[in-house]
Amino acid sequence: MNNPQLNKNGELQHLLSTEGLPAPILRNILDHAATFVSAAEGSEIKKVPLLHGKSVFNIFFENSTRTRTTFEIAAKRLSADVVNLNIGSSSASKGETLLDTVGNLCAMHADMFVVRHAQSGAAHLIARHVAPEIHVINAGDGRHAHPTQALLDMFTIRHFKKEFHNLRVAIVGDILHSRVARSQIHALTTLGVPEVRVIAPKTLLPAMVGKLGVQVYHDMRQGLRDVDVVMMLRLQNERMQGALLPSAQEYFKYYGLTQEKLVQAKSDAIVMHPGPMNRGVEIDSSVADGANSVILPQVTFGIAVRMAVMSMLAGAK
Amino acid sequence: MNIHIKNGRLIDPKNRIDAQRDVFVAEKRIAAIGAAPDGFVADQVIDAAGLIVMPGLVDVAARLREPGFEYKATLESEMEAAVAGGVTSLACPPDTDPPLDEPGLVEMLKHRARSLNLCRVFPVGALTYGLKGAELTEMAELTDAGCKAFGQADAPLTDTRVLLRAMQYAATFGYSVWLRPQDSFIARNGVAHDGEVATRLGLPSIPVVAETVALSTMLHLARETGARLHVCLISSAAGVELVRAAKREGLAVTCDVSMNHVHLSEMDIGYFDANCHLAPPLRSLRDRDALRAGLKDGTIDAICSNHSPVDEDAKQLPFAEAEDGATGLELLLPLGLKWAEQDGVPLLDAMKLVTVNPAQLIGQKVGYLSVGAHADLCIFDPDASWVVEPAALKSQGKNSPFLGYEVRGRVRYTLVEGQVAYQSNN
Repeated sequence: MNNPQLNKNGELQHLLSTEGLPAPILRNILDHAATFVSAAEGSEIKKVPLLHGKSVFNIFFENSTRTRTTFEIAAKRLSADVVNLNIGSSSASKGETLLDTVGNLCAMHADMFVVRHAQSGAAHLIARHVAPEIHVINAGDGRHAHPTQALLDMFTIRHFKKEFHNLRVAIVGDILHSRVARSQIHALTTLGVPEVRVIAPKTLLPAMVGKLGVQVYHDMRQGLRDVDVVMMLRLQNERMQGALLPSAQEYFKYYGLTQEKLVQAKSDAIVMHPGPMNRGVEIDSSVADGANSVILPQVTFGIAVRMAVMSMLAGAK
Repeated sequence: MNIHIKNGRLIDPKNRIDAQRDVFVAEKRIAAIGAAPDGFVADQVIDAAGLIVMPGLVDVAARLREPGFEYKATLESEMEAAVAGGVTSLACPPDTDPPLDEPGLVEMLKHRARSLNLCRVFPVGALTYGLKGAELTEMAELTDAGCKAFGQADAPLTDTRVLLRAMQYAATFGYSVWLRPQDSFIARNGVAHDGEVATRLGLPSIPVVAETVALSTMLHLARETGARLHVCLISSAAGVELVRAAKREGLAVTCDVSMNHVHLSEMDIGYFDANCHLAPPLRSLRDRDALRAGLKDGTIDAICSNHSPVDEDAKQLPFAEAEDGATGLELLLPLGLKWAEQDGVPLLDAMKLVTVNPAQLIGQKVGYLSVGAHADLCIFDPDASWVVEPAALKSQGKNSPFLGYEVRGRVRYTLVEGQVAYQSNN
């Protein structure tokens, strides 16, 4: 099976998932992103002409102001022309199929698609059907993948911890429904993190999660013991339906990150969250705003990482 | 019309014959095997040198999509696919639109099929009106109209009291009840096996327990009612084990598996290949091996195509949104040969699962070649290899997980009721 993300020279053609990307490519993206951060050094990242004359289409079949905005900022700082399309959650309701929508946009001479869709595999489907000169970035597909989020998380970890090979990382929350968690797990294991833990009740874990190379914990205090990095996940409100959880209160009590639970981790552990946060559901405000939190730097690095991905894709032949 | 089929290798699983024998067809029946009957004058001679002469295949699950889904396929296109695949008898599930829940619909379908004069079609009637799982259909009337069994296709029957009553009523008349075991609550919104691949790809999943919970219920009700239960499309190792135990106990239970599941596993989904979106889902390699073991030890009685042609647009969607199903009539024979070769199963034993065994499931005297039997035959070149691609398929559905595969076994002649219904030289 050919890896649909790489061209025949082994370069990045699309960014669909962190799974199947070799470590050198992941490191290359992080290194590339670092040039955009250090160029700014505390101040705003300045505009560069790398994507001058190129058109980036943000196609969001599922609404997300945050992610779309960071992609938009990243593209504009690379001097690209940006078009935003919010197609809504159901393309079928408009009577047009996903591939028809994409076909129409291709005809408008797009160079790059940034795609978010509620269904796992949507970005792969689009990547299979676009012309070879068009690049696809997956901005989140169903429960499957959200590679740029995972990459900005890796950037954040490297920024604060320098290395990956000596870390113990815990991912906490709704692993089952989380595209972020899947992408984080693949990125962490590929970059050589020796111990990745997932912490969740059994209802929020996929069947064969152990096969992803993680250790499973149901007790949060045990799971957090001596970890260097705590990666929290957002809990969607609809999980209270469908008999997955009894209540947000009980969830917070057992799986919400509080100072009292965080003391199990190393004292210099960093706390991350992909946002938007549900304070008092998966994370206590005192932790979210506390000394260990790197949640705001994550957002800043997110722009640099997306700039890196876009410029590398544009450079691929 | 008298036909002399000469020089072929005759394989007749029912009569345990695998030998070089000529076959003589007269008056729509097998007139003789070996030597010509007295005074036989052939109108047509088929030279089957290098070919295998077998009873026509019998497929217990092939959707023809009529009435109601003619945009996916038509009776004509799919019956042409059937005879091109050497299938001379098929049972079609009741999930048409409207479903096969009224005698008039069944009669119309039988009539349409007969007038096309290609293969035999045996409808499976709906067990409940509209397949809604609430009210029983007129099973006796439907049987008079031509139904050979009653089932729900993929429609759920969640009300166990209705299921109990349906099985009691069917048992009254000795009708067999065909059910696919899947608990619809556990399976809700699921599209893939609850295994490694769904975990990786983030696909909503259907655990094995969805099959075993439903199957256990059915087996308990079969024991209680004495109904003949046919378990459709078994997919898991645990499911096979339940059927094996039920047979050992002496329950009147039979079972089939789709050819897709004999060959494929969840791994074949790869990067979201919607052609592998099937119902039931493709399961683990361990499950697939257990299905194969079930075929070998007789736990599973028949292999069906579960032919479900889908129009192209319905597959060009993200995996979960894509319609499930695959075309299969033309792949039943080559994939059956492939399985026999891979597992070292003698052809006599392997081909039983696509001829006489499924014929018994629908209670029809077809699928064998004794003197006096219906002259339904499939004559094929076991060594001819071909590539599965849209242009090579007669079926209107071009969707198959096997696209691009090279397979061996190409049908040269298909005879139905003593008439050549299909012929090909390549």
